[in-house]
Formats: sequence, C-alpha cells, structure tokens
Amino acid sequence: MINDILWPVATLGGLAIFFGIVLAYASKKFAVETDPKVDEIRAVLPGANCGGCGYPGCDGLAEAIAIGKAPVNACPVGGADVAKKVAEIMGVAAEETERMVARVICGGDCDNAKEKYEYQGIQDCKAAEILAGGSKSCRFGCTGLGTCERLCPFDAIHVVNGVAVVDEEKCTACGICIENCPKKIIELVPVSKLVRVLCKNTDKGKAVVEVCKVGCIACQKCVKACQFDAMTFENNLAKIDYSKCTNCMVCAEVCPTKTIYADFSRRKKAYIDQELCIGCTICKKQCKFDAIEGELKEKHKVLEDKCTGCGQCAIKCPKKCIEMR
Amino acid sequence: MKLVIILLSAIFVNNFVLSRFLGICPFLGVSKKVETAVGMGLAVTFVMALASVITWIVQRLVLDILGIAYMQTIAFILVIAGLVQFVEMVIKKTSPTLYQALGVYLPLITTNCAVLGVAILNIDSGYNLIETLINGIGGALGFTLAIVLFAGIRERLETAPYPKALDGFPIALIAASLMSIAFLGFSGLL
Repeated sequence: MINDILWPVATLGGLAIFFGIVLAYASKKFAVETDPKVDEIRAVLPGANCGGCGYPGCDGLAEAIAIGKAPVNACPVGGADVAKKVAEIMGVAAEETERMVARVICGGDCDNAKEKYEYQGIQDCKAAEILAGGSKSCRFGCTGLGTCERLCPFDAIHVVNGVAVVDEEKCTACGICIENCPKKIIELVPVSKLVRVLCKNTDKGKAVVEVCKVGCIACQKCVKACQFDAMTFENNLAKIDYSKCTNCMVCAEVCPTKTIYADFSRRKKAYIDQELCIGCTICKKQCKFDAIEGELKEKHKVLEDKCTGCGQCAIKCPKKCIEMR
Repeated sequence: MKLVIILLSAIFVNNFVLSRFLGICPFLGVSKKVETAVGMGLAVTFVMALASVITWIVQRLVLDILGIAYMQTIAFILVIAGLVQFVEMVIKKTSPTLYQALGVYLPLITTNCAVLGVAILNIDSGYNLIETLINGIGGALGFTLAIVLFAGIRERLETAPYPKALDGFPIALIAASLMSIAFLGFSGLL
C-alpha cells in the first residue's frame, strides 16, 4: 500500500529534481548575455501592450529600439516623455515630436442631429452600422453607442449626449478607437491645434441642413476668412491643414453653422514688451488683422479687440519682445 | 518497409492536426504567414523527434520497470516541458540564427498537445525506439505540412471576397475544416 504511493512520488519527484538540476546547470552553462538596454527600455515604456507602435507589445518594441530597428520615439502612447527617457538609454538625442491626440470629427449630438429611427438592437456602433448605417439621419456622423469608449484602454473617450468626445489629457494616440470606429470619424491631430472642423458629411449644403444643425454646408466662408491658406475644401467639406493653422480661430468666428469649433477660452493675445520694443514696424506689417498700431521708431501697441492670437508677430519680432499669452 | 508505412501514415493518413485534431492551438494561432508557419513547423519537428525518443526511454526504463505506467501523462508533461526549456537554452547559446528562426515558437510548444499526443501514441502502439523516432518525425512533418498549407490558404484569404461577418477566425475555421475533409482522402492510402 505504502509502496503504491511512495514509488510514483519518488520517481516523479526524482525526475523533476533531475530536470531541475539539469536546467539550472544549463542556464549557467548556456547563459547568453542579452542587451541590458532591452530591459531598461522595457522599464520606461508604458506597458499597456496596446500595439499602437506596430510591434507585438512593449517587449517587442523594446527589442526593436535596442537593435536600432525602431526610432526612440516609436511609442505613440508615451509621447515625448518616454521618447526622452528611451533616448537617454540609447544615448541619442530625441527628436521633438508634438503630442498627438484623437479627435472625433462630429458635432451631431442628440440636440443637433435628427434620429432616423429608434434603434433597439445591440448597443454597439458596429452592430448599428449594419442596420442602415445607424439610427442618426446623418450617415457620416457618430453613432454614439460607445464602441470606442469600451475599447479605450486609457478611459480617454466618452459618449456625451450622443457623440463621442475625447479627453485630450488622457488620450495617448494609441489609435485603437480610430481602428474600430465604423464611421471612420476619429482622427489624430496635434494637441496644440485648438480649431477643428466637426463634420464628415460630404453631401451638398441642403442635404446636410436637413439632417444636422451643425453640419458643414460648404459655404466656403472659412476659406475666405483664413489668412494663412490653412483651410481647404474637398468633397463639400472644410479641412484644416494643421501645418499651416495658427490657432487664430477666425474660421470658427465666421462659420454660420458653428461646424468649426474653437476653444475661445484658450485664445491667446499678443503683448508687446514696451521696454524692448524699438519700433521697427515689422510686427505691424506682419499682422493680417491690423491689430498692431504705432509709427516707425515709436513703441507699438496691440489692439486687443482685433488681435486673434495667431502669433505671427511674435515669430517675426527681431527683438523677441512680443509674448503670446 | 514498416518504417516507411509508419512515416507515411503519420504524415498523411493520421495527420496530427487534420485527422487527430491535436495541436489545433498553434495551427490556428501561428498560421497567418507562411514564413512564421514554417518556423513553427521546424520547431515542432525538432521537439517532437526529441520528445518521442526521450519519453520512450523514460517509459521503458523508468515507468515500466517500476510498474507505474499509469503516471505516464504526468511524467511525459514533465519531460517535455523540461526538454523544451533545455533545448531552448542550448539553441540560444550554440546557434543564434536557429534561435532567431525558432525562438518565439519554442516556448509555445511546451504545452502543445500534439507533442504529448505523439509520445503517448508511440507507447500505445508498442513501437520500438527506431519506430518511435520515425513516428515522431512523421507526425511533426505532417504538422508542418498542414500548418504551412493552411498559412498559404490564409494568406490568399486576405484578398478573397467572403462575407464580412466571417472575417477572422470564422473563415479560418471553415478553411481548416475543408482541409481536414480533403485529408480524409488519404485514409485509403495504406
């Protein structure tokens, strides 16, 4: 009886100990020195394993960076902070990259967009999409059932009043929502750009007005208003070229349907340091809004009600005496 | 002649994946690209051949003599897991190129039921050491054949028009089942 238990235990235990010893010996004997950089880089990466970089998880990226296959700023989630730390480990200077955030390109919430029918199916955008493109009468707009909200690993996107809104503080630009949005209305934009066109409807003006109060009707007023050639039109839709946009927010002011949204509370004004100004008039010539006055050799002044905060004067001032705040 | 029959039988007639339905996990998981499928196939071939021999020795020299053959499953899992770990270390040290090719797949095989399956089937069929080795190699080649063919099909599926609802695993499972039916044609071979 005791043998029935003892022998198997002893045999399997013996086998296990034998393999344990062999493996312990082998791990010493066959130890391979791995690049310590991989572990260090892995430690500073966010560790969410979101795959936003295109490598299989953070481990995969750490390895790729260590052997130089991926750039130090390859992690879209960690942004500039992580890129800097990784660059220190790799001993190279990090390229400054502007943090990107996702933005939902739709303003058609429950008050603005009409309902086509009452949707009672599975509460998921992809499911609703199959049923005649969702319940909203605008076939381009946000379905508002929160597929992106459920998938976001960073709790950075929420459906508010029928439209998904990105929390730009939390957003890490990992791209999961962009990939999974059946309407394809989420885009990555530089976080510093405060102006956005909140419409994806490519129909003509009349058709847009019928389905949504805040749709782009392609009136092109913004194109004329923009002083920096940053506004273009394509498929009856206004589009901002963010490499040219200066956050002057004039387009948002003129937009009759308020499709173009700008955070006016964050609009800046130019201030001229009277001590340093030499009256060269360069800023005055640069200003497209006639917001700077003053003659040659005199101290210049900013007319606050005209200044749009585009910042062109501050860039051109040879004495660096203009501050945007 | 018997060895040839064992080999062909293991590859085609009793194909581990398509007739015995063992090792389905890597078959579906690592078959998106032909390249990775070949890597996985190579790793499985290597481990299966080794595991067949070692488990046969363990069975005949340890378990049978002590009369505890009923502990076969547990002992074999132990042997295979230890073996894979050991092999991984050796390859990492001796041949970095082979490690690069097999590296990621080796740990996956530790718990591959096809490896355990071939070890147990060897004993059940009463093979001797040479026959065991041939059966192990044949089974692994069959696995490689199946996974590489399947990866080829899946690569083409990427561009094939099929209903969107079947995207991903559903269409892969349908393809796998059709392959399995096709392999049924080999059953009259031997």
